[in-house]
Amino acid sequence: MGILIDLDKCNGCGNCIEVCPFGLLELVDDKVQVKEGCNFCRACQEACTYDAILIEAAVEEVEVSDLHRGVWVFAEQRNGKIKGVAYELLSKGRELADTLNAELSAVCFGHNVAEASELTGYGADKVYLVDAPIIKGFEEDLYTAKFVELICQYRPEIVLAGATPMGRSFMPRVAARLRTGLTADCTGLEIDLGRRLLLQTRPTFGGNIMATIICSSKRPQMATVRPRVFKKNTPDKERKGQVIKLDFERGGITSKIKLLDFIEDLTERVKLEDTDIIVSGGRGLGKAENFHLLEELANVMGAALGSSRPPVDEGWIPYSHQVGQTGKTVCPKLYIACGISGAVQHLAGMQTSEIIIAINDDPNAPIFEVATYGIVGDLFKVVPMLIARLKGR
Amino acid sequence: MNIVVCLKQVPGTTEVKIDPQTNTLIREGILNILNPFDAYALEEGVRLKERCGGRVTAISMGPPQAEEMLREAISLGADEAVLLSDKAFAGADTLATSYTLARAIEKLGQTDLIICGRQTFDGDTGQVGPELAEMLGLPFVAYVSKIEDINKGMHLQRMVEEGHEIIELPLPAVITVVKEINVPRLPSLRGLAKAKSAPIPVWTAEELAIDMDKVGLKGSATRVVKVFSPQRVNRGEILQGEPEEQVKNLISKLGDAGIV
Ligand SMILES: Cc1cc2nc3c(=O)[nH]c(=O)nc-3n(C[C@H](O)[C@H](O)[C@H](O)COP(=O)(O)OP(=O)(O)OC[C@H]3O[C@@H](n4cnc5c(N)ncnc54)[C@H](O)[C@@H]3O)c2cc1C
Repeated sequence: MGILIDLDKCNGCGNCIEVCPFGLLELVDDKVQVKEGCNFCRACQEACTYDAILIEAAVEEVEVSDLHRGVWVFAEQRNGKIKGVAYELLSKGRELADTLNAELSAVCFGHNVAEASELTGYGADKVYLVDAPIIKGFEEDLYTAKFVELICQYRPEIVLAGATPMGRSFMPRVAARLRTGLTADCTGLEIDLGRRLLLQTRPTFGGNIMATIICSSKRPQMATVRPRVFKKNTPDKERKGQVIKLDFERGGITSKIKLLDFIEDLTERVKLEDTDIIVSGGRGLGKAENFHLLEELANVMGAALGSSRPPVDEGWIPYSHQVGQTGKTVCPKLYIACGISGAVQHLAGMQTSEIIIAINDDPNAPIFEVATYGIVGDLFKVVPMLIARLKGR
Repeated sequence: MNIVVCLKQVPGTTEVKIDPQTNTLIREGILNILNPFDAYALEEGVRLKERCGGRVTAISMGPPQAEEMLREAISLGADEAVLLSDKAFAGADTLATSYTLARAIEKLGQTDLIICGRQTFDGDTGQVGPELAEMLGLPFVAYVSKIEDINKGMHLQRMVEEGHEIIELPLPAVITVVKEINVPRLPSLRGLAKAKSAPIPVWTAEELAIDMDKVGLKGSATRVVKVFSPQRVNRGEILQGEPEEQVKNLISKLGDAGIV
């Protein structure tokens, strides 16, 4: 591999310097030079109008063959219910598959998953349903082995999965076994049709920077996406697809870990990801007891209770309520942030909500930058008024 | 019990900006620290050693200055540390990183437990732990929030969306831990003294007898092709007036939107 500048062709215009994501190009005596660290991403080559940049990438593309076709979505289920993120990914996957002129398939592991046939309504041409009692729960070792086997057999070019605790644990293992790339927590997916590449955009540095990532030399191209990042289409009940039932034959596949018990977190009666309204509190609440105020507001609105990280760290509310980079991603119709400053890590989990209301006494708090409606004021005054008025209706 | 903890040195802040002129990350003036999530991995390793005996080895793949962080790890209770550093390792994605770490762990000899943090502060993928387990062919559990019992195997709590699972894990194995698992200690005076003089061997690609096609940029399946600042559109309206008025106004807006 190497990058070469054809000095006869380079006229020193500098177009390439601006596009290098790593700032490795510089002008020396009116000609471009490359510093060490190039990863041959070709951004400069595309920007050069003089064909002056030569990139030799012998090892690339060797393993990429026409044999890999189609887009796959891993449809995660728990207790027989398919998670919302699967439908969101199928809606996005349909777009990608149409651009590639390829098939879209859903893959579902479980036992008696009645909803599996509904996956076609969201765009799947095929549903591979692996149905067996032993994979009823999340048997991670069995999932990993079986999914690798299916990918080797059917050779999709793209595999998408939800960035849920399950997806974030077992997809890296699948990718490592296949020795292919995996991009975590993507917020944007597009296709470069010329090279049949998936352009995967994700936040890094806690959401301060966005990066676009490709996997050019290995297949499949794999990505995880957080719940509620993509919109779910309304299902088309008429849409026909094929449900292909596959057996789970153990042959050699064993599970090394054993699931002994499950302790449910009972404080979370309403699921944050599935509600229309979330009332969320931050450090501005001051102490645990003050969450009662928000609870009251949540009750009159039929809302669920969310939180920024400090209240969780302080032990005012359990972790399952945390919204943000290291908590849940939510996208309700209405998100009410009370006493939350709006740090990027928090915004990462809620900024796609349809309507955002911020109640904060600091007019410069960054939360106002994403808020649809802002009230600059003391939450201990504003929230009780809000409750009183809503109750009076 | 032989325990290995995998640590990464990261920028001490995520408040990094992109230089609008060059479109690249401005890294100058940012101090490097031990990845905050890895502090819990290190602490858990040290606690297990205190409970069951054995050794804790801290390893890190990174540039030469990561040595500083490994000294910190020794001050916090690690018995020894190894730095994997080589120009050829630069530009590694999670696949190449986990491959390199795996070869180093094999070279260390018999290991019972490998502990990683749940994710890093900068890259934020959480993929190195599970990929490392595959590279070593070991069982794996992510998001461990408590180690309950150690006998033939371990009984652990794994954090999932709806609560906790109790899992039995045979050793040797790889786990990643969440911050709920412990409260990391501060360095001890003895630890600080030890950290100052401890030898920290640097293993290069040659010492690891590694397949050069599988490390660094060359061994990476993914490539970053563009970085940019996120766009935030300010669609907001600050409601004016006295609180009474603001609240009234707000409720009528929500009424218009069909929410209340
Ligand atoms: C790796 C990493 C991951 C993280 N992950 C997350 C995450 O998932 N989720 C998350 O939320 N954070 C996360 N954080 C933390 C994040 O950086 C912020 O520290 C956190 O979001 C701040 O929470 P806050 O807004 O509640 O508190 P603060 O920033 O302290 O803000 C409190 C706000 O309340 C206002 N206020 C105080 N009193 C009142 C009052 N009486 N009336 C009205 N307003 C009042 C103040 O003006 C202030 O704006 C993470 C950080 C790191 C480093």
